[in-house]
Amino acid sequence: MTQWKPVIGLEVHVQLATHSKIFSGSSTAYGAAPNTQASAIDLGLPGVLPVINARAVDMAVLFGLAINATLARRSVFARKNYFYPDLPKGYQISQYELPIVNHGRLLLPRPDGSHKQVRILRAHLEEDAGKSVHDLFPGSSGIDLNRAGTPLLEVVTEPDLESAAEAVQYMRMLHTLVKFIGICDGNMQEGSFRCDANVSVRRIDDTVLGTRTETKNLNSFRFVERAIQYEIARQIEILESGGKIVQETRLYDPDRDETRPMRSKEDAHDYRYFPDPDLLPLLLSEEEIIAAQAILPELPQQREIRYRTEFGLAPDDAAILASEREIAEYFECVTRLTNLPKQAANWITGEVFARLNRDEAAFAPSKVTAESLAALIARVADATISTTMAKQVFDAMWQGEGEPDAIISNRGLRQVTDHREIEALVDAVIAESPEQVAQFRAGKDKVFGYFVGSVMKRSRGKANPQQVNDLILARLRAP
Amino acid sequence: MLEAAEVKAIAKLARIQMEPAELPAMVEQLAGILALIEQMNAIDTTDVEPLAHPLELPARRRADVVTERDERTAYQTNAPETREGYFLVPRVIE
Repeated sequence: MTQWKPVIGLEVHVQLATHSKIFSGSSTAYGAAPNTQASAIDLGLPGVLPVINARAVDMAVLFGLAINATLARRSVFARKNYFYPDLPKGYQISQYELPIVNHGRLLLPRPDGSHKQVRILRAHLEEDAGKSVHDLFPGSSGIDLNRAGTPLLEVVTEPDLESAAEAVQYMRMLHTLVKFIGICDGNMQEGSFRCDANVSVRRIDDTVLGTRTETKNLNSFRFVERAIQYEIARQIEILESGGKIVQETRLYDPDRDETRPMRSKEDAHDYRYFPDPDLLPLLLSEEEIIAAQAILPELPQQREIRYRTEFGLAPDDAAILASEREIAEYFECVTRLTNLPKQAANWITGEVFARLNRDEAAFAPSKVTAESLAALIARVADATISTTMAKQVFDAMWQGEGEPDAIISNRGLRQVTDHREIEALVDAVIAESPEQVAQFRAGKDKVFGYFVGSVMKRSRGKANPQQVNDLILARLRAP
Repeated sequence: MLEAAEVKAIAKLARIQMEPAELPAMVEQLAGILALIEQMNAIDTTDVEPLAHPLELPARRRADVVTERDERTAYQTNAPETREGYFLVPRVIE
């Protein structure tokens, strides 16, 4: 049987998180009533001129630096010509021969610790089209141009990806990165991050690439994986039965879990690109690139490595804490204040995340500030309270009851650490329990829990558990 | 040599309706334009920078500020058909 090798390249449309559109002053806010955010420029009315949004340019520059790309000191906007009702001008303003970002890369970590390099051929600035609604008006399509002119950065890889899983890994990493550097909200339901997949297969010993298909508008990680898997299997089946792959644009149907040809794009391949005479070349100065370099944050991948090596965190904890900028900065702040990175990591990945999940809320550092969490961790570290008490205190902090020290004193949660006081409790329990003492000494270790439980009960939960343990053990083992 | 079929394809891409009777004249005229371009192609441009725009100026950038208001009602007075805020077009099925 022939061995087949999939060859995959992705084009990801990253919606840039600007307030206004790429060439007009219309709002880009999601969810407005149809066509209320479509200006004369977005509608392509005669006599209007596009002017580039400075922030969209800044974001493209930041992205280019984050993927170690070459930034074009001069890039050019071009018209991509095709007719569709949601493209009012009859062309999309994009970049073609001279895009702003060229030849970058992402490094995908492999399980063995090595990395696979995915080359990013280019990333270009362009405007989004509008939205067509086909199921609202019988016999007609409704056109909403609120999205027309929304800034996109289209990120195009070389065909370096070799499986559906690898494609998803790349896409997830890109998703984390663009959110981390603050250029995209990453909201896939709202279409802020969507993907076209170019897929072909070739025989394992063949050097020539096979004919590829392009599957469009994949807006979830799962759909990307399923669509690519389907496409690989479909192409292998055709080739093995002696058929030929047709180069075409396809759509993924999640309900049927299959891809099928997109009829409307059949003769749209000739886009007749030419430089847009309405827009002058976009020039980048050395100064602005240096300035962007200065504001580029330490990236998730570097942070993750640092959390493992410098702080000794487990790989999973390091990855999750480094995945979002607010969380990473929160974690680092708590760590800086306590000098206890592992405890900080445990509190955030445990208590904080559990409550966020429960409340179905997004992370917000203001709920319990880094300073407050650090103060709480310090009270556990100096044995003022036990971990169990600390969780009660944290609950109260989460409810907005204030700072840990105040909560500890208001609730009388101060832990008993006085050696003599605990000793007295231990001695009392042991004196009352000759039977259990005999059992323990006869080798029944389980009885130990009874002693700890009784002592803690007598102290109304306030005795320091470690001291209780140590003392009981010492007493029971004493001859 | 430019074929009639190519001219038909170009007309279709540009959404220009052309009667069969108009085709021969269009082929001849377009062939003439292409011949002129061929003539320009023959010039040695090795040392010439590609020109994207005749003005030697950089693009001006605007601040990322929302400056437009909702003027849907005004803009839609021009549209042949609208409903519930949408522009209506003959159904395009995907």
